[in-house]
Amino acid sequence: MSGDLRDLYQEVIFDHYKRPRNRGALDAATHRAEGHNPLCGDQVTIYLDVEDGVVKDVRFEGAGCAIATASASLMTEALKGRTVEAVEALFRRFHDLVTDDNAKASPDLGKLEVLAGVREFPARVKCATLAWHTLNAALRNRHEPVSTE
Amino acid sequence: MKMEREVLAKPAVAPLEVARLRQDFPILGERINGRRLVYLDNAATTQKPQSVIDTIASYYRHDNANVHRGVHALSQRATDAYEAARANVMRFVNARAPEEVVFTRGTTDAINLVAQSFARPQLREGDEVLVSAMEHHSNIVPWQLVCQQTGAALRVAPIDDAGDLIVDAYAALLGPRTKLVAVTHVSNALGSIVPLARVVALARAAGIPVLVDGAQAIAHMPVDVQALDCDFYAFSGHKILGPTGIGILYGKASRLEAMPPYQGGGDMIRSVTFERTVYNDLPYKFEAGTPNIAGAIGLGAALDYMRGVGVEAIDAHERALLADATARLAAIPGLRIIGTARDKAGIVSFTLEGVHAHDVGTILDHEGIAIRAGHHCAMPVMAQFGVAGTARASFALYNTHDEIDALVAGVERVRRMFR
Repeated sequence: MSGDLRDLYQEVIFDHYKRPRNRGALDAATHRAEGHNPLCGDQVTIYLDVEDGVVKDVRFEGAGCAIATASASLMTEALKGRTVEAVEALFRRFHDLVTDDNAKASPDLGKLEVLAGVREFPARVKCATLAWHTLNAALRNRHEPVSTE
Repeated sequence: MKMEREVLAKPAVAPLEVARLRQDFPILGERINGRRLVYLDNAATTQKPQSVIDTIASYYRHDNANVHRGVHALSQRATDAYEAARANVMRFVNARAPEEVVFTRGTTDAINLVAQSFARPQLREGDEVLVSAMEHHSNIVPWQLVCQQTGAALRVAPIDDAGDLIVDAYAALLGPRTKLVAVTHVSNALGSIVPLARVVALARAAGIPVLVDGAQAIAHMPVDVQALDCDFYAFSGHKILGPTGIGILYGKASRLEAMPPYQGGGDMIRSVTFERTVYNDLPYKFEAGTPNIAGAIGLGAALDYMRGVGVEAIDAHERALLADATARLAAIPGLRIIGTARDKAGIVSFTLEGVHAHDVGTILDHEGIAIRAGHHCAMPVMAQFGVAGTARASFALYNTHDEIDALVAGVERVRRMFR
């Protein structure tokens, strides 16, 4: 069974694909990880500035298709100001949202809900979760701040 | 290339009766998302005619037994059918003898066999294996492995911006250290047809053996291994209307004779004691273990089908599809065709400005159009063209100009959605 194309390609997704938010390197990053989707070769780098257990800033570089880029962009918007614990909880809810047909809507997800349509397109779930898995890797491996030069 | 040029120069062969041929492929009646299937991913795998499906089912219903073993009737029937398939392959590619036809799991398996049994025992530090810049990963990684094992080096003959092999640069890379040339017949990512007559002649003049990856050529143009004069030619059954899990390594008998076995096991031996094992004759020396008997027999049925339709007529039909698709896709604003070689097989790779290949693939799929999106297991090619991936439409004998209409309309829809 296949979903409706419009459920996947919502206006919000086109908006974040064409005008990604928080794109570019973050010089003051405390955490950083690179992720890639071996299916298509798309790559994303997630930068986090975490202070006192709170995400002060988050940016991304790379991504690729509309779904991967919009998902990374929407993710960065959703994370700022959250505690690391809240971010991890949000990751689990997001993962359920895009993989589980019975996932319940959560007010916590906010705009991320637009990616729910992905679950009707199994080949594209990895596109939506690439940035999130990379975020998870970044949180687990604390890096020295990325030097400006 | 000599062979293809001759085909082109011949008077036009009778056109394919595509509408009738399509009836032979039951899957083409499938509906995808409520639309009729438009299958344009033939470079990944081809669909199977009813005759292949029936042959495999009939084998399991009536003849199934192990080969080269039993004295009972079924074993004899299975063995006869398996060996008839080998003889069929021999005729199809014009090998000299059945011993030159080794059944493998596929093209990848065949290339690995040559890497490990032919190249590895003779490669020394400082030796070189020469590939082209448009190889599939399957014709790169086996050579990287054997180079790591032996200290030899992998060299790469460049391609130009159209996707043509730069033959002069290739010739300049052939030297006393070159121990093997491994080159594709047709690029899976670009569609370029490699001028094998020149490539092989140059290697031959330098005394260097040549392996040809024929995965993308075998179903689309006449292949005559004696005319090509290559030492090895590899292809997969599933890319020529046959089943998956079966492939062919053609090798000149003199080469195969000199090679040690690839794997040890049943069928590849003549006698075994704990002190000494005597290997079987060709080609069984390279067929350890119970082979994919049904796969081989199914491949034989696929070759019968190809022969019945006529490979030259298929070639002409697919060239017409390629010309049509190329002209109409190129007219779409923002569409860039990746791979514009002088001589191409029925593969059109393209990018669409501002749209990722995966989005093109998903939206076309929604229209029932199956294409491939991504790097096509040819990441060095993508790097050379400065793209992460492409959308790729690839044709087979059963495709129609109506399906190209559907493809073009689908790509136009993608453009409108992303505008």
